[in-house]
Parts: sequence; structure tokens; C-alpha cells
Amino acid sequence: MQRNQPAPLLEVDNLHCHFFTLDGVVRAVDGVSFSLQRGETLGIVGESGCGKSVTAMSILRLLPKGLGRIVDGSVKLEGRELTTLGDADMRSMRGHQVSMIFQEPMTSLNPVLTVGLQIAENVERHLNVGRKAAMERAVEMLRLVKIPDAERRVNDYPHQFSGGMRQRVMIAIALSCNPQVLIADEPTTALDVTIQAQILDLMLELKQKLNTAIIMITHDLGVIAETAQRVLVMYAGRKVEEAPVVELFQRPLHPYTQGLMRARPRLDVEAEEQGRRPRLQEIQGMVPALNRPILGCAFAPRCGYATDRCRSEAPGLTEPVPGHLVACWEATKIAGMGHA
Amino acid sequence: MASITLAGDAEPRPGALARLVTFTRRNPTIVIGGLLMLALAGLALAAPYITSDPLKMNPRMRFRLPGEQFWFGTDQFGRDVYARTIWGTRVSLVVGLSVAALASVLGLIVGLLCGFYKAVDGVVMRVMDGIMAIPSILLAIALITLTRPGLPIVIVAIVIPEIPRVVRLVRSVVLSLRAQPYIEAAIAGGTKTPKLLLRHIVPNTLAPLIVQATYVCASAILTEAGLSFLGVGVPPEIPSWGNIIAQGRSFFQIAPWSILIPGIFLAIMVLAVNMLGDGLRDRLDPRLARRM
Amino acid sequence: MIAYITRRLLATVPVMLTVGVFVFFLLRIAPGDPAAIIAGDNATSQDIENIRGKLGLDRPMIEQFVHWSWRLLQGDLGISIFSNLPVTTLIAQRMEPTIALTISTLMVAVALAIPMGVLAAWKARTLVDRLVMGFAVLGFAVPVFVAGYVLIYIFSVQLGWLPVQGYRPIGEGFWPFAQSLVLPSIALGTTYCALIARITRASMLEVLSQDYIRTAESKGLAQRRVLLLHALKNAAVPIVTVIGIGIALLISGVVITETVFNIPGLGRLTVDAVLKRDYPIVQGLILVFAFAKVLVNLTVDVSYAFLDPRIRY
Repeated sequence: MQRNQPAPLLEVDNLHCHFFTLDGVVRAVDGVSFSLQRGETLGIVGESGCGKSVTAMSILRLLPKGLGRIVDGSVKLEGRELTTLGDADMRSMRGHQVSMIFQEPMTSLNPVLTVGLQIAENVERHLNVGRKAAMERAVEMLRLVKIPDAERRVNDYPHQFSGGMRQRVMIAIALSCNPQVLIADEPTTALDVTIQAQILDLMLELKQKLNTAIIMITHDLGVIAETAQRVLVMYAGRKVEEAPVVELFQRPLHPYTQGLMRARPRLDVEAEEQGRRPRLQEIQGMVPALNRPILGCAFAPRCGYATDRCRSEAPGLTEPVPGHLVACWEATKIAGMGHA
Repeated sequence: MASITLAGDAEPRPGALARLVTFTRRNPTIVIGGLLMLALAGLALAAPYITSDPLKMNPRMRFRLPGEQFWFGTDQFGRDVYARTIWGTRVSLVVGLSVAALASVLGLIVGLLCGFYKAVDGVVMRVMDGIMAIPSILLAIALITLTRPGLPIVIVAIVIPEIPRVVRLVRSVVLSLRAQPYIEAAIAGGTKTPKLLLRHIVPNTLAPLIVQATYVCASAILTEAGLSFLGVGVPPEIPSWGNIIAQGRSFFQIAPWSILIPGIFLAIMVLAVNMLGDGLRDRLDPRLARRM
Repeated sequence: MIAYITRRLLATVPVMLTVGVFVFFLLRIAPGDPAAIIAGDNATSQDIENIRGKLGLDRPMIEQFVHWSWRLLQGDLGISIFSNLPVTTLIAQRMEPTIALTISTLMVAVALAIPMGVLAAWKARTLVDRLVMGFAVLGFAVPVFVAGYVLIYIFSVQLGWLPVQGYRPIGEGFWPFAQSLVLPSIALGTTYCALIARITRASMLEVLSQDYIRTAESKGLAQRRVLLLHALKNAAVPIVTVIGIGIALLISGVVITETVFNIPGLGRLTVDAVLKRDYPIVQGLILVFAFAKVLVNLTVDVSYAFLDPRIRY
């Protein structure tokens, strides 16, 4: 992947994360590589269980202790290796250079501490300021994420906020130390549709303001379309496709990506008028179990294009179109065929 | 607290021995606790055959150190501490098992009534609150004060303070079950209450009840020993662990073994029952396991 | 909050009433003639009559009950059969050692148990966890009278560091007072330590798997802050509940501990009264202990509001 771009801010190379469970070793992330430029938004998309959240968690090394760990690969932030960083250094990295927001705003905030304290403790920890300055910063952050009456609400507890408001608080915490990278793991999935749009708008606005790079993890292609510049598609712990967002939507090369696109509800006005509303197409079959080695392409059992080669030999990444990576033996053929 | 088995384990083949090994590995506390209890029960049953007379006094043999002749030494009357301790196992087992059984049965009945009949519930739960407010050992002491000492009255005195806890447990299970759609449907469908109780409610209370019974058993064994230690439990001529310790009290500095040895037995028995309880809890009632 | 406390205090009235009725009728409906049992085997019929008169057993039941409860409401617990002193006076005299022992035991138990439970939960399923929990289970299984004698043997008899037995009132100086409480508190404390450590571990384990702990970790906070502020504060409600239950159990333990260490407290008073079958004292002690237990429960319930902002009364 040689590109004539400035050195990336974050570089993940050949990452392998395994979970050690009762049912055997689960290869949750199985050789994923990507890079993130300053100020860029990278979307990671895939079904639940495809390893996208694990990828995110392993950047911060937050995998559940004793259960999952990084077994191979490297994560570099500004050239500094994170996988081998000491515990203390890793802790001062978290919430400072790299911060994270999670899917469940209802449970991600500590119910017995005020939101002000939960923002301020991050500031106090990383920016070397006192309690008072940190609390002032907390008020400022609440204002920034557009929580009305911020001075008063810093002293409120999470249960006094709605779901959308809590996610704003989470964003306030995550951005309170001006991180270089913000990892957003399904930040809008648990929210109402109207609130989703507000939160996404807010994130984009703040990203412009603070020049933060974002890794946006989601299963929702709509969110990707609205926010990301580049997209990475994951399947069964592997990266199957990577392309700039417009390119991906116009010309998805991997059969799995195509399936995702077809499974997305769309308003087809023309078809609607002609009275032939297309059914949503599901992707047949199930995601493979990750606790056994997968021979060949992981998607082959569900793929209409699969050949014997697909079932026996795992495809490497190729670049049939400049800047568009795909891991599929049949990609050129599929690309040649075009698509509906 | 079963340990997580790591990856790479072979699938267990369903042979009897292999299944036993798997069960032991998954539930070590049940197996260890159960084996200890079996061993203690064996000692209790074999007491007449493996010991001499626990009551026989022999003034010439006072305060003998534990050794070849007297494995656990002798006390101030020259009685064999080994014989007394083994016989004491009987008292503890009888008290523990009968208190657990009585408290469970009575608690189950009262708890079912409370869970099903509002009129009963109000009155009975007030009484239960009252009993629970009295520290159990004091209640037992008060009951014993009023009657002539003996093993049955000790059992009754220990059972009464244990009942409210069982009642509360059963009642809470019944109330939560009653809110279940399938029970509501059965009630709406006109299933008769006794049938409903036997078919749907009682089986669901069994798992938590068994777990609770083991804890009641452990606490009863400790309470009996405590009461006897205080001199208000089983009559002093019966060799119970509490009595042996109480009688060894004044001579503790000369003959510490007559306190330590029954004490160790008591601790092992309580430990075994508790292990059994913890193991059963983890296995039968994961909901309770999380709460405790 | 004040309304809640008032309501809860009022709710203790029926409980205490039940205890009162229970205690009252216990004496009256007990099998056999309580007066004869109290008088003992060598009593003459005159003795028995005297006791019957003293307890008011010769009057109709209802009259007895009204009379008894009326005096109880005035704080009169009756007169001891043997010493002829008011029961309230006897109880007041013995109050200090028991309160001192209860508090010091609780301090020992909590100070040991919470760090143990937190450590075990943090290092769950490791050797540290097993050692800590093994100690806790052992502490629970070893009865206080055995632990007490072992401690006396080691620290008083063999090493001579601490007084063998007995109690020194706080009025005689803090140091001897504290010294006399060290061993009893440890002996009794290990039992409750086990109880509290177990619930701390369980509660912490549950909390540590919560999303907000992951959030705290994602902020890079110090491990200590995550454990002791973010996790422990959330785990506090069940822990405090069990500490409350612990105090109730402690009262039972105190009776035995006072006998082991020759501490002249309420526990000794109870045992002496029982051995002499001085029922008015036993009755008075039950009421006092039950009231203490009810008050502890109330305190625990009120404390929830301070631990969890979601609970409002």
C-alpha cells in the first residue's frame, strides 16, 4: 500500500486479536491493516461480530482482561508503537491522544458520579490542571456539545439526562482533551433516528472545529455515507474491501459489500410509481464461526460468485482500481460486469 | 467459582468415568464439599465401632497429650477426646440436617401460603419481620430458657429463627412466578390452585430452596455449637463439639487440644456444607449466584 | 428525606409490637409451668408462688398484657428475679463493653474485607483471588470461640503481647481499653470479614463488567481510581446492605465472644440470666437487641440515598 501521502497519523498493520473462550480460540480480528490521516474520517462497516469493535478496542488495548488480546500485528500512533507500550504510558494515551465513545449512552456513563466530574476527571488526568480549572473546562465542553444550561447541569447525574444528551456528554468527555483520534463505536445505533442525525452533525461540526480524525464504526451504511471519507468493509475478522466513500458506493467490488448495499432500505421513487417496490435483499446464510480456522475466503459459503478456488485459498488484497482495495478472486470479473 | 476451561479441551466423551471427571472439574466445590460430608457422616455412623466410650472417666489418665494411646488426648476427667469428638459429629449432623429439613419444609409451606393468599401474607410477614428482628441466638436462648434442655428443644429453638429467611425466599419466588405470563394464563384458564402449586410453583422453588437449606444447615451447626458452648444447648452429658469446647475452656492453657480438635472438626464440617452450598448455588441458581 | 425517615420509624412500631407480643406470650404459652422452670429443680412451692406473683402470672392474661405493655411504653422492662434490680439499670450498666466491641469488630471487619473483596474481584480467577476468597471462607467456617482461644493462646499466653481476657472501660484510659478489644475484635471480625469480602467481590465483579467501567478505562484513569471510585461506589449498595446484616449477626457473635474473653457486656448478662432463668432480663435484652437491629436496618436504608443518586425518598 504505497501511497504518496504524508505519514499517517494512525497505522494499523496486520492486526490479529484472539479471544480465548470455552469454545476455543475465537479469531475476532484476523490480519487487518489500515491507516488514518490527520483530520480524516474513516468508516469501518460490517455486520455485528465481524470484528470491527474489537479492532477499535484493541487500538486502545481495552479488550476484556484475561479473555481477549492482541496476538500479532502493530498499531502505531505518529510512528509510536502502541501494542508494546507500558501500562502507564498506554493509560496516559487513552482519553488524551486517542479517545473513544461507545454504543450505549444509557450505560456508558457512571450512574453515581456527576457528569461534570466525569468530564473533569479526564481533563485533570491528562492536561495537568487543577480540579477547578477542570470543572470550568467541563462546563465549556457541555456548552460545546450544546447542552443547554451547562453551568447548572454539570452537577447533574446521568439519569437526569436523555439518551441523546448522554451521548453528547460522552462526546464532551471524549473531546475534552483535544484528542488526535476519536474512535466512535456505533455512536448512534442506540438512539432515535432524529437524535442520530443531531449527534452525527455535532460530531462532524466538532471534528471541523478541532481537526480530530475519526474512526467511525457502524453497521449502518447511511451513517458511513454521511460522515466518512474512506470506508473499510470487514467480514469475519478480515478486511474485504477499502475505498473512498463515493467510489465504494458507486462501484462496490466485493460481493459482500454489494450484498450490504442491496440489504439497505432505499426509497426508489421511480420503482415505487410503477408499483414494483423492490423487496429488501438479505444476504443468504450465516456469518461463519470464528473459533475454527477458515479455509479460503470467509464469505465463500454465502457468495453467489464463489468458485472452488474461493473455497480453498484465501484471496489477498488487490487494487483493481487505484485507491480501491478488495480481497476477492473474482473482483475483476465482477468489476467488468458492472452492477445494478 | 468454576474456573474457565481454556481452549483446546477435547470434547468430553460420554463415558461414566469421563463424565465424573468433567463434573469434578466443572464443580470442584460440590465434589470436595460432598466428599468431606460423606466422610464425616461415615465417621458419625461408625462411631460405636471405631471409638471407646466417650463418657468413660478415668481420673488417672487426665490431660494426656495426643499420642498413640489417645489420638486426640484426654480431658480433665480423663475422657478420650477422640471418642468424644467422633460422637460429637453425630450431634452436629443431626442438628444440621434436621434444622435444614424442618426449616425448608415449614418455610416452603408458609411461603407458598403467603405468596398465594394476600390475607395470610399481611399477618404472617409481620410476624416474620418480628422474628427476624430478634437476633437468632437470643431467640434460641429465650426458647431454651423456658423449657427443659434436650436435643429436640435445641433443634426447635434453632429452627424458629431460620424459618423467616426461607419464607421470604419462597415468597419472592412465588410472587415473581405469579407475574409470569404462563402462570397468569394457567390461573385465567381455571387451573386449581393446588395443582398450580404442585405443577408449576413448587418445582421452581426447589433449586433456591436446596441452596438455602445448605446455608441453613451450616448456620444451624454453628448455632448449636455456640449454644452448647454457652452452656444453654444440648445437655452437658451429651458429647457435642460445643460441649467439649465449653468443658475444655477452663483448662485451655493446659490442654488446648480439647478445644482445638473439636474446633477443627466443626470448621471442616461448616466449610464442607458451605462449599456444597456454593457449588450447588453456582450450578442450580445462577441468578442467586450473581446476587451473593 | 425527613418524611421518609419518619415513615420508616413509624413502620418499626408494628415490628417492635410483634416482638413485644412474641416475647410476652412466649413466657405464657411455653409448655409446662414457667414459674416452676424458672425456680429450678430444688424450689419449694412457696418459691414458685413468689415467682409467679413477681411475673404477674397469677392474673388474667389480658390484664397482664395491658399492664406489661403500659410499663414497657414507659421504658420499664421489669425487675430482675434474682437481683431485684430494674432490668433497665442492669442493661445500662453492661451497655458500654458491648457497644465498644461491636464498633471495633465492625471496623476491623470492614477495614479488612473491602480491600480483600476489591483485590479478589480485580484479580478475579487468579491465585490472588483464590487465596483471598479461601481465607474468607475459612474465616467464616472457624467459629468465633475457636478463633478466640487460638488468638489468646498465641498472642497472650505464648507471646504475652496482649491481656489474656477481660475488659477495661474507656474511662480507664484509651490504651488499655483498646488493648482489651484487639483480640475479641479480630476473633469476631474474621467471621464478618468473610461475609463482607464475599459480597464485595461479587458486587465488584458485576460492576467491573459494566459499560461505564470501560468508559473509565478509556479515559486512561489510574487503576486505583477506576476501582475505588468508579467501581466501588457503584458496588456500595449491596455491600452496605450486608454490613447491616452483619451488625445483626454480630449481636449473636458478641454473646459468644464476651464469654470467651470474659467481657462483662450484654452478652454475658444474657448468658448469666439464662443460666439463672431470670426471664425478665432475657425478655428485656431481646427487646433492646431487636430495637437495635431495627435501627441498624433503618440506617442502612437511609444510607442508600447517599450512595446512589438515583435513589430518592
